[in-house]
Amino acid sequence: MDSQTVAVRQQAEVAHHEGAHPYYLRHHFETVEQQKEAVSFGMWLFLLTEIMFFGGLFMAYLLYRNWYYDAFVSASNTLGIGLGTTNTAVLIVSSFTMAMGVYCAEMRNKRGLLLSLSATILLGLVFLGIKTIEYHDKYTEHHIPGASFSIEDFVHPQDKRDVALAPDVAQHAQIFFFLYFAMTGMHALHMVIGISILFALLYRASKGAYTSGHTSTIDNFGLYWHFVDIVWIFLFPLLYLISRHPLH
Amino acid sequence: MSHPTLEDAHAKPHIVGPKVYGLILLALLCLTALTTGIAFVNLGVFSPIVAIAIAVIKMTLVILFFMHVKYSSRLVMLTVAAGFFTFLVLITMTLSDYISRAWGLW
Repeated sequence: MDSQTVAVRQQAEVAHHEGAHPYYLRHHFETVEQQKEAVSFGMWLFLLTEIMFFGGLFMAYLLYRNWYYDAFVSASNTLGIGLGTTNTAVLIVSSFTMAMGVYCAEMRNKRGLLLSLSATILLGLVFLGIKTIEYHDKYTEHHIPGASFSIEDFVHPQDKRDVALAPDVAQHAQIFFFLYFAMTGMHALHMVIGISILFALLYRASKGAYTSGHTSTIDNFGLYWHFVDIVWIFLFPLLYLISRHPLH
Repeated sequence: MSHPTLEDAHAKPHIVGPKVYGLILLALLCLTALTTGIAFVNLGVFSPIVAIAIAVIKMTLVILFFMHVKYSSRLVMLTVAAGFFTFLVLITMTLSDYISRAWGLW
């Protein structure tokens, strides 16, 4: 270590002890802005890997829907459009409350931050609750792929307007439901992880963290939560909506 | 008049207020109602196209305002764009293989 490096390090030490820079500015960054930029860049890189992760699932859905079109249409129409729309609205409002949380942290408004995080947790739990009802419906209808799967609803549809599928074609509905559970399940797992982190953030926020100028943790969690919202924004039309008027 | 300095390039982060967030929330909820409503209209081949188009608009609103990309540095904008570009490569390359696999076999 040459003398110049030593001098620079000593200066940094002095600045650190004299409180010349905020306590949360790490030594390897020059300014708080630079640190913020690096932190949010890192979070975006993580989100890019998430895009590719969900991208693979979307790609599989695209191909299989093209391949087994009739079975996908029939299977998609068994999903409850009302519950799906409600859940979309719930998730969008939770994104809004999370954005308000980020705003409150920036404004150093602790009460507002606690309220926003609590509202986000509540809405996240409502989303998972509605999802549980939907999963339970699939269970009672024997629409979960596997040994207990029944093609009955597709071979002899209750609604006379629905097209009756041949038994071998109806089997392909299992692929739709496999992708349905894989995609919504992976999305729900992200929600469960998000809600767990929200509880930790809420606890730390109640101790006064995030409302004294250092908001990066809240900012980054906001990015994660909005990303999960975006995944649902695409899952909703693809799984629930686009098969209402099949091309026959 | 002073010239812009390096400090301005690292300008203070733009704080997005409740007013903008509220408007975006309203727009997103309206678009959700719209996409659900349109699902009951027979648009033929355009059904999925319209649904995806509305989803892309909603995503853009979330990314630009809720995720602050509109107010972020070019580095972040480029990173986001790179992500979607890579995703489109995944879709196009796979589909081009899927479509052309049987060419010349009949």
